[in-house]
Amino acid sequence: MNGEILGTVLIFLFTLLLAYPLGKYIARVFKGERTFTNFMNPVERFFFRVCGINPNESMNWKQFLKAMLTINMLWLVYAMLLLIFQHKLPMNPDGNPGQTPDLAFNTAISFLVNCNLQHYSGESGLTYFTQLFVITFLQFVSAATGIALLVALFNGIKEKTTQNLGNFWNYFVKSITRILLPLSIIVAVILAFNGTPTSYAGKDTITTLQGDTVQVSRGPAAGMIAIKQLGTNGGGWFGVNSAHPLENPNYITNAVETISILLIPIALVFALGFYVNRKKLAKVIFAVMTILFVIFCAINIYYETKGNPAIDKLGIAQTTGSMEGKEVRLGAAATALWSVATTSTSNGSVNGMHDSLTPMSGGVVILDMMINALYGGVGVGLLNYFIFIIIAVFMSGLMVGRTPEFMGHKVEAREVKIAALITLLSAFLIKGFTALAAYMVAHHPEIGWAVKPGAWLNNPSYHGFSEMLYEYTSSNANNGSGFEGLGDNNIFWNVTTGIVLLIGRFLPIIAPIAIIGLLANKKFIPESPGTLRTDSYTFGVMTLAVIIIVTALSYLPALALGPLAEYFSLY
Amino acid sequence: MTKHKRTIRLFDPALVGTAAKQSFIKLNPRLMIRNPVMFTVEIATAVMLAVCIWQMVTGNMSQGELWYNITIFVILFITVLFANFAEGIAEARGKAQAESLRRTREDTPAKKVSGSSITIVSSSQLRKNDLFICEASDLIPMDGEIVEGIATIDESAITGESAPVIREAGGDKSSVTGGTKVLSDRIKVRVTTEPGESFLDKMIALVEGASRQKTPNEIALTILLAAFTLIFIIVCVTLKPFADYANTPITIAAFVSLFVCLIPTTIGGLLSAIGIAGMDRALRANVIAKSGKAVETAGDVDVLLLDKTGTITIGNRKATNFYPANGVDKTTFIEACALSSIADQTPEGKSIIELANVNVKNFDTNNARFIEFTAETRSSGVDLAGGRRIRKGAFDSIKNIVVKAGNSFPDETALQVNTISSNGGTPLVVCENEKVLGVIELQDIIKPGIQERFERLRKMGVKTVMVTGDNPLTAKYIAEKAGVDDFIAEAKPEDKMNYIRKEQQAGKLVAMMGDGTNDAPALAQADVGVSMNSGTQAAKEAGNMVDLDNDPTKLIEVVEIGKQLLITRGTLTTFSIANDVAKYFAIVPALFIASIPALQSLNIMRLDSPESAILSAIIFNALIIPILIPLALKGVQYRPIGASALLRRNLLVYGLGGIIAPFIGIKLIDMLLGLFM
Repeated sequence: MNGEILGTVLIFLFTLLLAYPLGKYIARVFKGERTFTNFMNPVERFFFRVCGINPNESMNWKQFLKAMLTINMLWLVYAMLLLIFQHKLPMNPDGNPGQTPDLAFNTAISFLVNCNLQHYSGESGLTYFTQLFVITFLQFVSAATGIALLVALFNGIKEKTTQNLGNFWNYFVKSITRILLPLSIIVAVILAFNGTPTSYAGKDTITTLQGDTVQVSRGPAAGMIAIKQLGTNGGGWFGVNSAHPLENPNYITNAVETISILLIPIALVFALGFYVNRKKLAKVIFAVMTILFVIFCAINIYYETKGNPAIDKLGIAQTTGSMEGKEVRLGAAATALWSVATTSTSNGSVNGMHDSLTPMSGGVVILDMMINALYGGVGVGLLNYFIFIIIAVFMSGLMVGRTPEFMGHKVEAREVKIAALITLLSAFLIKGFTALAAYMVAHHPEIGWAVKPGAWLNNPSYHGFSEMLYEYTSSNANNGSGFEGLGDNNIFWNVTTGIVLLIGRFLPIIAPIAIIGLLANKKFIPESPGTLRTDSYTFGVMTLAVIIIVTALSYLPALALGPLAEYFSLY
Repeated sequence: MTKHKRTIRLFDPALVGTAAKQSFIKLNPRLMIRNPVMFTVEIATAVMLAVCIWQMVTGNMSQGELWYNITIFVILFITVLFANFAEGIAEARGKAQAESLRRTREDTPAKKVSGSSITIVSSSQLRKNDLFICEASDLIPMDGEIVEGIATIDESAITGESAPVIREAGGDKSSVTGGTKVLSDRIKVRVTTEPGESFLDKMIALVEGASRQKTPNEIALTILLAAFTLIFIIVCVTLKPFADYANTPITIAAFVSLFVCLIPTTIGGLLSAIGIAGMDRALRANVIAKSGKAVETAGDVDVLLLDKTGTITIGNRKATNFYPANGVDKTTFIEACALSSIADQTPEGKSIIELANVNVKNFDTNNARFIEFTAETRSSGVDLAGGRRIRKGAFDSIKNIVVKAGNSFPDETALQVNTISSNGGTPLVVCENEKVLGVIELQDIIKPGIQERFERLRKMGVKTVMVTGDNPLTAKYIAEKAGVDDFIAEAKPEDKMNYIRKEQQAGKLVAMMGDGTNDAPALAQADVGVSMNSGTQAAKEAGNMVDLDNDPTKLIEVVEIGKQLLITRGTLTTFSIANDVAKYFAIVPALFIASIPALQSLNIMRLDSPESAILSAIIFNALIIPILIPLALKGVQYRPIGASALLRRNLLVYGLGGIIAPFIGIKLIDMLLGLFM
């Protein structure tokens, strides 16, 4: 095994090593047990008092969702206004202009939904003020929203019969004060010491060795980059995201950022076990997610380190692997690991251009986002996985001859209906909008829009198709990365991806809370030997099968026309 | 006792004929829409028909060759027919089963009581609450309740059981069923149902589909299947712009074929057949279910309440041992026991004689005076001419007699009495001339094989509860010996009710069987209440199933039928969806091979040509329905091996099997087609 690959293995193992105790800690935080962060108590109490919130007030699933949606709506309006009028606001040393309404719509939604679909470049599209008070702010609150919702799911699983899913505000505030903020500070400090800028000054001018002068953008970036990774947001301070030497200066920062991407999503799986006191359940879920994750990593590392056969044919040696769109300081294997980590967790930050991944790896990252539940975004990953569990529970319940039940609650028509709709929704959004875009390109390439559909794609044929498929898959998964060959800053893409982002975020997180709310309300059925245990490896295999089959059936034709066609043509 | 099970061959020619006719009748879209999956196939068939007609009229060949499109149309049409046939044959079988029961109640003359006179009318003229008389060798014209008299009745027409049964007014065995025959005596019966409204009529209506309602699990499954169908609609609709982008023309026939292959037609076509077959299996077990839901719920039952007598133990206690007192000769003792029981007509008394193994006719019983058992003396016996006074009875009553006469009760006998009691037996002490001779041990005899059945239930996760009037000590002993999990001792009817409520509050589903009127509230409260056909009308109304055999162990069978029903649905759904993987590999490369030759690599089955690939896939899709009909009708066997093991097994057989089977099937069909194309 060469050093690069060994590096990726060590990074992953180190992440697991950190995630386990973090999961335990997160469970303690939400159980309200004593933790070393209890010194935040007065801060939290202050917020609650100012806002007139009683953090111990119980909420049923409808109240919980109402609280979540109201505050999110407020943030959307706030963010859009600030982005449009950013040129009139302070902290704009480079004199960047305000965003157009459609771009502001897209950007505000993108970060509100814990995504980072950026149809702009941070250097010129935002000011320091909006970077901090829109982007960084939303990166914290959207991640905290996901965690708060997940705790509601935990409560529903934990209690025998209850209406009470906990208090949204309480979980939301504590997610920030006790999890996201402390971890971000640690990561930001590491980044800052490794060279990531933390300055409020404007562009710097440097003279290169060749004697040219170059304008280098900078700003208070380290803190934003920390939360973008930890909160699975992924939006870059700079346009090229973590491939930028100031966002991700060296192998150490790359390792730290990779760990940050995976850390909280994995920790939350363990937290489930500790919180609901079913460690086996958490173990099985972790195992299922990890099996697919490791397989995906292996495929990507294999293809990226092997290089591109087209270049082989030219007789050019590719000892460092396929280096198109990759950073020499990081290497092909590290980028391959990152590409899977960032798409598994709906993070979306990149340290190399996904557009340049070899076809199979490109297919894998698209597939990864289609599943969107291998660890997944903070909080929301497990919520997505829960939908797969419900379908698996239903099918396997029938197969063992019992009305299906999950954690002592019968899964009936209403729950199946909601779960089925959500499964359907992803297929509808991704394939429906990709079809719309493909239709425009095929039939109306010269329509009189500011950017003609014919000019959207920098790559013809299969890869162009993959670019469009990737864009909507990424939007639906709230991932945010892109095959950046796509010309996406125009009204068609800004609006359509904005719609996909919104629907793709909120319906899939409302649904699991609704399901668990309905389930938790039902009579609790104690386990008997005839009950199919959901915390068994057999059930894990069942869930794995459901994930694979549902995804394969929904997307195989699309994948065949994009990445697979490209792969088979090239190899 | 003989038992003739009515069996119907799986594909009885007469039934196949009816089912075939039904397959066409069911093409009516208004009937098809009840089954969304097959309804979409019917629409797809109509689309293909339109394409063919359009081609014939215009001669336009842009949609592929005419023969090919016609072939696709025919295969799709056959697919719909196969699905309808599956439902039709299930219905026909259920109906045949029910008819064979109903045939027993053709028009029979009835002796109707009007005022004081008796008129002979046709049974169809009897209405609810009419009274009629039945005498020896009369057929009972209608279901009813005996209001006067007692009779032996041959119920073999209904139950297949040849031994006659006794039915009498009052009490818990007062119901008679139409079509059964009175063998002796005379009874007056009140009609309890209007014509056409008996349980059997209701069951037939359920099977025929007129009033068949989908069960909760069936509804949930239909929703899931509808969602899958929608996903595949999205897949197919979006494929059009995708193909435009890739500059690949795709014919309507190819779209329709892809769609029909992908949607879960296998389970969609078999779903209602599975449901009907479940009810049919119940009927075959001589259980009339009042709704499909009841059968399904039976599979979920967590707690089973069983009466001790008749279910766990054979009717009555039996003598199992003789323990003579010290200094008493065993033969003498046994002889005394037998003598005291000669006139004792109770089953216990008879069993003593049986165990003593003596010929009672050898005894000299001339001038003997037999003393009958009374509740007051709690003993019985005989005074022989020779002056021997033999008594047998409960421990304290005999002790009374003995002590009153100034004799002592031997300690070792008292000890023996205690031992027997604590072993769940009943001691009967025997004395002669006020001196203790010894003790007879009576024991409940646990039915052979019942332990294994309880073990099976335990593996299914069903808790068994024995209900008995015995004292707690005896109850506990029998419960342990029979292997039930819990017992209710000294049970009163309200105890059953309370127990059911308690379990239900804990979230359990409870099943019970009962016959008496005082069982009715508990039967109604239980989630699955099976009443015996011999039971009172109130009990039959309260429960949701009626057991024609009056067999208390029937509950166990009912639970398995319920489980089988769910398993069959689950496994066939899994199979159906797993099939799609292979179909993708057949059709997707076929669609794009012309414009994207690289996708030939996806054609891992190496199918001959795009046309034969598509044809093979839809032919396989059509054929798999009739191939699976026998499985749908018979049901996938339930194995009590624990939920996880069962899931592993079914996942392997129907999941993995469902992925592999079509690869083989489609390849074979393709090879066959290669011979013609």
